[in-house]
Amino acid sequence: MSGPSSIAFVRRDIIAPAPPPPGQAGVLRWMRENLFSSLTNTLLTLLSVYLIWSVLASVMPWTLNGVWGASSLNECREIRDARGLETAACWAVINERWLQLLFGFYPTDDRLLASVFHAEPLAAAGGLEAVFGAGSNATARIEFVNAMKADLSNLTIFFFGYWRPLLAVVLLVVAVAPILYASLPRGLLWVSLAYPFVAVFLFWGGSVWGPATVALGLVAALYIGRLVSARLGLLAGALAVVAAFFMIFLNPLGVIGHTGLFPLFPHAKGVLDALMPLGLPAIPSDQFGGFMLAIIIGTSGIVLSLPIGILLALGRQSTMPFIRWVCVTFIEVIRGVPLIVWLFVASTLLKYFLPPGSSFDALLRVIILVTLFASAYIAEVVRGGLAALPKGQYEAADSLGLDYWKSMQLIVLPQALKVSIPGIVNTFIGLFKDTTLVVFVGLRDPLGLTNAIRATPEWNGIYWELYIFVALLFFTFCFFMSRYSMYLERKLQTDHR
Amino acid sequence: MAEVTLPPRDGFRLSQLLYDARYRSLTIQVVAAMLLMLSLAWLVDNTVQNLAALGKDFSFAFLWTTAGYDINQQIIPFSSQDTHARAALVGILNTLVVAFMGCILATVIGVLAGVLRLSKNFVVSGIMTFYVEAMRNTPLLIWILIVFAVMTEATPQPRDFREGGGASMILWDSVAISNRGVFVPKPVWGEGSGLVLAVFLLSLAAIFILRRVARKRQEQTGQQLPVVRLSLALFFLPTLLVFFVLGRPITLDYPALGGFNFVGGIQIRNSLIALWLALSLYTSAFIAEIVRSGILAVSRGQTEAAFALGMQPNRTMQLVILPQALRVIIPPLISQFLNLTKNSSLALAVGYMDVRSTLGGITINQTGREIEGILLLGTFYLIVSLIISSLMNYYNSGVKLKER
Repeated sequence: MSGPSSIAFVRRDIIAPAPPPPGQAGVLRWMRENLFSSLTNTLLTLLSVYLIWSVLASVMPWTLNGVWGASSLNECREIRDARGLETAACWAVINERWLQLLFGFYPTDDRLLASVFHAEPLAAAGGLEAVFGAGSNATARIEFVNAMKADLSNLTIFFFGYWRPLLAVVLLVVAVAPILYASLPRGLLWVSLAYPFVAVFLFWGGSVWGPATVALGLVAALYIGRLVSARLGLLAGALAVVAAFFMIFLNPLGVIGHTGLFPLFPHAKGVLDALMPLGLPAIPSDQFGGFMLAIIIGTSGIVLSLPIGILLALGRQSTMPFIRWVCVTFIEVIRGVPLIVWLFVASTLLKYFLPPGSSFDALLRVIILVTLFASAYIAEVVRGGLAALPKGQYEAADSLGLDYWKSMQLIVLPQALKVSIPGIVNTFIGLFKDTTLVVFVGLRDPLGLTNAIRATPEWNGIYWELYIFVALLFFTFCFFMSRYSMYLERKLQTDHR
Repeated sequence: MAEVTLPPRDGFRLSQLLYDARYRSLTIQVVAAMLLMLSLAWLVDNTVQNLAALGKDFSFAFLWTTAGYDINQQIIPFSSQDTHARAALVGILNTLVVAFMGCILATVIGVLAGVLRLSKNFVVSGIMTFYVEAMRNTPLLIWILIVFAVMTEATPQPRDFREGGGASMILWDSVAISNRGVFVPKPVWGEGSGLVLAVFLLSLAAIFILRRVARKRQEQTGQQLPVVRLSLALFFLPTLLVFFVLGRPITLDYPALGGFNFVGGIQIRNSLIALWLALSLYTSAFIAEIVRSGILAVSRGQTEAAFALGMQPNRTMQLVILPQALRVIIPPLISQFLNLTKNSSLALAVGYMDVRSTLGGITINQTGREIEGILLLGTFYLIVSLIISSLMNYYNSGVKLKER
């Protein structure tokens, strides 16, 4: 019937693409699909927006209108009322006390401050030796220092008065960088190795020969061990390291009443001190405090707990029942009891367990206990990584003829540790946060200092500002650590999914 | 070489103990055991010497002497005339109470936050991400102190609850939040209330049995019982019936303002509230991450397979996704509960009298029994954690994937 001629219309050209109808593209579509896709979702969105708005509406004016220049909470309130504001943060407490929150009662380098920034009053007072010298009047010195600090800005004191902890932290960054980022030159790893000794010297001061001879002694012990193990095998080498360590640092002959040349360490230090007395003023641990304390305890705990934790995890997976039993007991006992109880053990019980009459630095005790605590957690994380590894990997290592340590070092641990990175970093973050607990054993951590500041008549009744400051300090560090662990996970990911 | 230090063994060449893999592990273990024994002996010897020098002995008799101090938050009656052992028990109960309440609230908030963080809604997931990161990256102690400071400094004083004082009680005048603590109504158990309680417990048991019967019936015959409606009826009807028949034996004692403070009701101290809220909020952030990763761990193919079988979305969630997600979620969840229990020892910061503050604090200070006190304290925490981890192992073995 009807042929092709009955077709009324044949399109011969392509229609230009039309824009999608309004509401089907761009922001509107995204909003409809993500924010208002259903009734519940719409309600949730509206509720969230209301929540954000109400929080911001109360927090932002308080934060932004904050009073920065005042010397007490009452003055803050007067300034606030004079400005006709309803709420205002009293940031003045941070402005005035941030050095204390960072460093606690760590002494400033007053000689440097006086001679560089306070030269004229110093000359008037009779020069450096008259004020700070051995025979100077203590009261006059304190008055001079107080007047000087009132005169100098907090920033000047921060950069020059606290140059020792500041330099130690800067060097920490330099020392940690090559470990964290493989793209940096490998030579920097020597800085990382030397850093612990430099840091101890900077923080605690005293003779430079103390840390230097300890470092030399360790290097010597390891070198002797290497020489011996090259000739007589690994076990003899390990024994040689232990023997050399004992000879250099401890006195194994002390038990038979023989005190002569050994231990070498104090003799060497004494000789070097006599030859060339170099050093910084010694600062005892009980003057450490503030966020610096968290960094010291956290960093040493992190660095020391990782190797111990790995060893514990290997011990727990060991085929030797006794070793396994010891490791399991250690890990479970440490993990089963809260850190605060362990800190309590450090502060009250350790004196019973050590030989009568021996005293122990409070900070060192805390570092040891925190390290042991964290290493038990690391051990569990690493054990998870070891368990996740297919059995074939262990068998492959064995079939290549590698001995236990070689197979662990070359085959098993690199893979197991890679799997356990998130857990390890989480443990580190937990450890760093837990350093705040040292306040309970009498160390002056930032939270203890906030309590001290809140107890003064000027700042009695203030809390948000101080806690926000301390919380932000911790947040910065912990957030960086968690982001770094994500970066590492991505970088080490070898399965291409 | 080092043979001289090794135990002699007949029938072997001594070098076999070092170089033969069959015997080497034995050598290592014997040496390790000896070293461990030596160091333990050294520690014990030091302790004995130190104790002797201080004129102390090692005994737990102090537990049965009069404590002589008061405990402000107590579940079982306690007065300063009671023994140290009872003080420790009160502390233990206080620890368990805050841990239990904390676990419940933390789970509720954590599950909510974890699920909402997975939401496609960018605003909601953004808020939850902020919440989780803020909580996880700051110390718990700060949160405890902040909540405590807010509770003590930003809440009204009891006298503000008078007429025109600017503060009022909430929930139909039954709960008062003041800087002295939160006051809630206290149930008064009158005559016959035991019967009401018994009926209630019996109906709970009946619900449990009903669910099992219904399940068995469905598996055998395919017929379903209206379980939800029956359970609800069982839950409410018998108890309410007995309650009204007996003439309302259980009444509530409402807190009321009297003098300078509230009288009546139960006073929940700010220290408990602060500890409870801070522990819950902090732990909930970790639980949220656990829930989120647990749900993400169930592969999308499972959902698609369930849809392909013709299941509805809620049945898919209930029968396919949740059982698999729970297998991933439960073990870390329980270890978070354990963490929460251990973290409750931070009660010290706000003066809540938990076991750390009674047994490990005042008792030790008063009696000078550091070793015994800390030993008991550690044992308590250790027992709790061993119980919880054995429960976890039991659960794990139950839900483990059965692989060939």
